[in-house]
Amino acid sequence: MLYRENGQFKTSYRADAQVFPISQDRVAMLLLLVFAVVVVPLTAPEYLFRAILIPFLILSLAALGLNILVGYCGQISLGTGAFMAVGAYAAYNFQVRIEGMPLLASLLLGGVCATAVGVLFGIPSLRIKGLYLAVATLAAQFFVDWAFLRIKWFTHDSASGSVTVAGLEVLGLTIESPVRKYLFCLAFLIVFATLAKNLVRGHIGREWMAIRDMDVAAAVIGIRPVYAKLTAFAVSSFIVGVAGALWGFVHLSSWEPAAFGLSRSFDLLFMVIIGGLGSIMGSFFGAAFIVVLPIVLDNLPYWFGIPIDTALASHLTFMIFGALIVFFLVKEPHGIARLWSTAKEKLRLWPFPH
Amino acid sequence: MGSFLETLLGGLMTGMLYSLVALGFVLIFKASGVFNFAQGAMVLFAALAMARFSTWIPQLLGFKSQVLANVLAFAGAMLVMVAVAWVVERLVLSKLVNQEGITLLMATLGITFFLDGFGQTLFGSDIYKIDVGLPKDPVFLMESTFPGGILVNKEDLYAAVIAAALVALLSLFFQKTATGRALRAVADDHQAAQSIGIPLGRIWVIVWSVAGFVALVAGVIWGSKLGVQFSLSQVALKALPVVILGGLTSVPGAILGGLIIGTGEKLAEVYIGPSFGGGIEYWFGYVLVLFVLLVRPQGLFGEKIIDRV
Repeated sequence: MLYRENGQFKTSYRADAQVFPISQDRVAMLLLLVFAVVVVPLTAPEYLFRAILIPFLILSLAALGLNILVGYCGQISLGTGAFMAVGAYAAYNFQVRIEGMPLLASLLLGGVCATAVGVLFGIPSLRIKGLYLAVATLAAQFFVDWAFLRIKWFTHDSASGSVTVAGLEVLGLTIESPVRKYLFCLAFLIVFATLAKNLVRGHIGREWMAIRDMDVAAAVIGIRPVYAKLTAFAVSSFIVGVAGALWGFVHLSSWEPAAFGLSRSFDLLFMVIIGGLGSIMGSFFGAAFIVVLPIVLDNLPYWFGIPIDTALASHLTFMIFGALIVFFLVKEPHGIARLWSTAKEKLRLWPFPH
Repeated sequence: MGSFLETLLGGLMTGMLYSLVALGFVLIFKASGVFNFAQGAMVLFAALAMARFSTWIPQLLGFKSQVLANVLAFAGAMLVMVAVAWVVERLVLSKLVNQEGITLLMATLGITFFLDGFGQTLFGSDIYKIDVGLPKDPVFLMESTFPGGILVNKEDLYAAVIAAALVALLSLFFQKTATGRALRAVADDHQAAQSIGIPLGRIWVIVWSVAGFVALVAGVIWGSKLGVQFSLSQVALKALPVVILGGLTSVPGAILGGLIIGTGEKLAEVYIGPSFGGGIEYWFGYVLVLFVLLVRPQGLFGEKIIDRV
């Protein structure tokens, strides 16, 4: 009863086409933003920032990028970790090699490099479809892993590709404390989420979705598959690349290629699928689920006071993780985002039955 | 020339082993349209079961014969794999009929995680040995032609023969038996197969069991070569480009793909590798596949993909 659009009349096209047409949504979004920007930094303990909030923000950003490619344009990619790695190492190179390079510029240029690599590995998608493409994107993963491990120039001659950054600074503010790191990542996330949301609502987003739903039919009605697919790869790998740079610079601050390995790619794909393909909101849900789940599973025995052997615990974590993924796919193949929209439908009538 | 042939032969043997794992992928994809990422985990699981049973069973029954222990352990591991197939069909596949390929792929990734964890919880996570009496000593071929001859590992030779036999057997099974025909019918169209009275569920259990059998054979061979340990489940990643190169639906393709990638990566590592800083066999298969796919999007022997609107 409380949550519905009745009585909210639109008098202009502008009002009709806004992102949140229902005023309750706008209020809720505003409250959420205030909560994230003001309340959380003031109240959350430091452990929460380091272990959960910062990884959650950065991985949401990466999942958002991947969702544009997989969820909106229908091109399965198993090479997300590689694009994150390109973003991180490129940003590192800009930071180290160019004197006085501003941090923001390095991060964004890292994203630009990831875009270039993403488009390069996206070219096969013009010929290859579906599962074949998924395996082809693995080529990016393995090649990039190898390149950062073996080609010394990329890693500024450091051994085994491990690099360190220190003294992050934006506009004279140092980004050292967890709260500042959190706010820094949050700012990125808000900007990119807004951009992505508007992109997928617009002309180009509709082209992506047409290609996803049936590429031949889309081509027949005049959508250029080359343009649509490559822009999806470009936008997606830009966002993923920036997320990778943030992951390296802000979250890890010293990393090696293994941080962006194949398991990272799978994790991100899980986030997108569990969260909901083709849903910006879903990327956040999926990221939250995948970030929090292992931590909960690790700590569960201690909360109940059952001592468990660490090796056994890690095996059990594997099992539960796998079982939960299957369970989710069976119960809700469209992801948590679908549960969310079902809940919203229910809210329209609540508390009345009809 | 001698060293070239040696590398070539080594590559062919490794390729045969890749093919064994790739075969499991192809079988399941042909019959159910599922890209089974869990094949590697199944190899690990089967090998773990085999390794542990071959020590547990003699202890339990109190006999000493190594051969009998191996036979019983193999049978036991096979039973375990059939059970896995049945559980997977009941709990996962039957619930996901008519879902998109990517959802099914993700489900098998979930199964991968589960099997990896479950296998190590059940059977322990140390490095185990499988000893089925494959001879380990190397032999030298053509000593009269080349100085020093060509070094070939006898174990690899046996493995290659076993793999070839397995392939012949499976091709016969697919082409000549009623079950094989039913499998191909299911692969073609789930609904049509069901409507002419082919029990979908049973077919899936059968094909996952066959894939389990292939995984067991691969696990025994890889396991006796490298020891049974967690990294065994990573051979799936080596087999992926093989499957794609040969074509997802072709059994001969899996074999030939394995041979091409096996020899290709060994030759590339030895002859081109040093100028790139080494380690290129890590990605060689994948990049090779990428270029082949650009020319033939369905792999070398895959069925032509026809778009219908």
